[in-house]
Amino acid sequence: MFYREAGDFKTSYVADSQTFPIKFDRFRYYAVLLVAFAIVPFVINDYWVNAVFLPFLIYSIAAIGLNILVGYCGQVSLGTGGFMAVGAYACYKLMTGFPEVSIFFHVIISGGITAGVCVLFGLPSLRIKGFYLAVATLAAQFFLVWLFNRVGWFYNYSASGQINAPERTVLGVPITGAETAPWAAYLFCLVFTVVCALVARNMTRGMQGRQWMAIRDMDIAAEIIGVNPLKAKLSAFAVSGFFVGIAGALFFAVYLGAVEVGEVFGINKSFLVLFMVIIGGLGSIFGSFAGAAFLVLLPVLLKNVLVGGLGWPTDLAAHFEFIIVGGLIVIFLVAEPHGLAQLWRVAKEKLRLWPFPH
Amino acid sequence: MKQRLLTAIAAVAMVASPALAELTIVDTSYRTGPYAANGIPFSDGYQDYFTLLNERDGGIGGEMINLIECETGYNTEKGVECYEATKGEGTLVYQPLSTGITYQLIPKATADGIPLHTMGYGRTSAKAGEVFKWVFNYPANYWDGASLAITHLLEQNGGDLSGKKVALVYHNSAYGKEPIRTLQSLAEKHGYELMELPVDHPGQEQKSQWLQVRQQRPDYVIMWGWGVMNQVAIQEAVNIRFPMENFIGIWWSGSENDVKSAGAGADGYKALTFHNLGSDYPVYDDIQQYVVDTGNAAGAGDQIGSVLYNRGMYAAMLAAEAIKTAQEMHGVTAINAAQMRDGMENLEMTEEKMAALGLPNFGPEFKVSCENHGGNGFGAVSQWNAEAGEFDLITEYYQSDQEVIQPLVEEDSAAFAEENGIEPGC
Repeated sequence: MFYREAGDFKTSYVADSQTFPIKFDRFRYYAVLLVAFAIVPFVINDYWVNAVFLPFLIYSIAAIGLNILVGYCGQVSLGTGGFMAVGAYACYKLMTGFPEVSIFFHVIISGGITAGVCVLFGLPSLRIKGFYLAVATLAAQFFLVWLFNRVGWFYNYSASGQINAPERTVLGVPITGAETAPWAAYLFCLVFTVVCALVARNMTRGMQGRQWMAIRDMDIAAEIIGVNPLKAKLSAFAVSGFFVGIAGALFFAVYLGAVEVGEVFGINKSFLVLFMVIIGGLGSIFGSFAGAAFLVLLPVLLKNVLVGGLGWPTDLAAHFEFIIVGGLIVIFLVAEPHGLAQLWRVAKEKLRLWPFPH
Repeated sequence: MKQRLLTAIAAVAMVASPALAELTIVDTSYRTGPYAANGIPFSDGYQDYFTLLNERDGGIGGEMINLIECETGYNTEKGVECYEATKGEGTLVYQPLSTGITYQLIPKATADGIPLHTMGYGRTSAKAGEVFKWVFNYPANYWDGASLAITHLLEQNGGDLSGKKVALVYHNSAYGKEPIRTLQSLAEKHGYELMELPVDHPGQEQKSQWLQVRQQRPDYVIMWGWGVMNQVAIQEAVNIRFPMENFIGIWWSGSENDVKSAGAGADGYKALTFHNLGSDYPVYDDIQQYVVDTGNAAGAGDQIGSVLYNRGMYAAMLAAEAIKTAQEMHGVTAINAAQMRDGMENLEMTEEKMAALGLPNFGPEFKVSCENHGGNGFGAVSQWNAEAGEFDLITEYYQSDQEVIQPLVEEDSAAFAEENGIEPGC
């Protein structure tokens, strides 16, 4: 009824190819942004920020980054945890090396450094594909974690090998450290998430994204029609690394504040982000958000329901969480192998016809 | 989808917040994951002691204790979630039982004004109370543990370790790395050679480390392990026939769960401890009567009397005594977190006090002060008797080498104070 193109006339190519061509969708999107920027910061507390919003926003950025590599360019990567660690340690070295610079720039530069490292480990992709590439990136994961554990320079030779985020500010407002107000941490991450999503969305539907998708769908055919595989693959690694690095830097500096590389950026993290991408939907920006929401928020929700609401013992609840989340993943993927994004797409198609489907 | 989830969470969070009790204690436990074997007995002991106080004495000073359990799985992200979820409940003290989570919580708890008690773990330099105002790690810390182990070896070798080779098998994390600096300083002092063998989380794969032990033949092996890593290490040591009496674990590597799976081969394995072992204490009769028989025992109720159960109970006892101290100091029974901190800082454990609690000779005597949040570093060595199935103390309580440790504590805490712009002072 409300959700349809009819009556919404486009008079330019720009208007015609916008991300949300349907008016209702567009206003819903503006409304979400308005709520996220103008209302949420005033009502959230520490719990909401640290247990719900920060992990969701940061994992979304990581999922977007990995989605570019896996979903759009078809290069399987199991090194996300290691690349996030690069972002985190780069940010730590920058924060402690240049304390007077705003943390905002540190995060962006960390993304850049991670992009470089990611390209380096992406070089094998020029020769190998599929499972073999997955193994090569797995090597990156283990190598990077080992490196950050082994070389004292990365953690400033602290006795424990941990890195701790000192207090850093943006325009005088503390963003990292213990004195951070919940709204400041939230807004800082929100800005990065929104900008990353916008950049990723526009990149993936432009020439660059089409090259990536051509490589994904059939690399030989892509090469024949003039796509340079070296440039396309390495640029995918670079862009993906940039986003993942930003996610890693935020994860360490804003969300956790102290990081132990083996535990926080281990192989589990790589799998978690990969599952987000797969469950959310390969090759979809919305899917990255949906996947992150599914895997970050659902356990928190289940915990609150089972322990807080029903009063179950915590260990039983923790085990049931695994069963329920695992079961839902299987059900979702059986019902819709293309992930939550495809479910959303189907729902939108249905909405267009509602309430008169014939 | 996202919004629906969020509203659902909001609805649940509102329903979930329990009523405020007078004295709230949070038990951030882990009963799942690779560290559960050690997390369960500690948590059971911690909870049972508070249950005992509620059932027998009607709480502490007439105020009932509200115990909230939160599962962390030894995972820092879940630990942060637990902390944020429970700090608004008027929590008096956190006992995270994880060095990683402790590092997360030190700045947060300091900013929020909630004391942390990291008993025998966490950041060692938190002993310096003038810098770490809200963090306590009495009665002993990791560097004490490292020194105690070396002192024990010195005694066995007639006071001379020169030319000996000592290997450190450690969990490759903040926890396992803590003792390295102390062991290095002690190596300079006593002339032994230190060999470092890191084991990655969770520690199920240790073949290469023990192969190195076999090849390089260290005279002694010291272990900083936790969870499944302990069991695997002891099994591997048995497999290469490493003499068990030359294998010493920190107090976190010395519980029944760790050695039982290795069978008779583990006989003679040594571990440090900072409290007494076994269930031969009057307080256990009360636990049986008021907790177990009334059906209020935490968990499965099958851990009572084990090493880590005792440690959890000891932690709860120290917290309860700190609450009592705070109640006396401030003249109120419903204390808040800041008053709890004062109570912890003025805590004094004497033999009479412990005997009155039904735990005679259970732990060393110590007195906390503003300058010293870490106790005096007394500990003892226990040895596993596989036939009897129990750890037995084989030494008296003795003190760690404060000459080496105190300068290290001062150095590390000064660095922390400078990094974080803290003005040290009492």
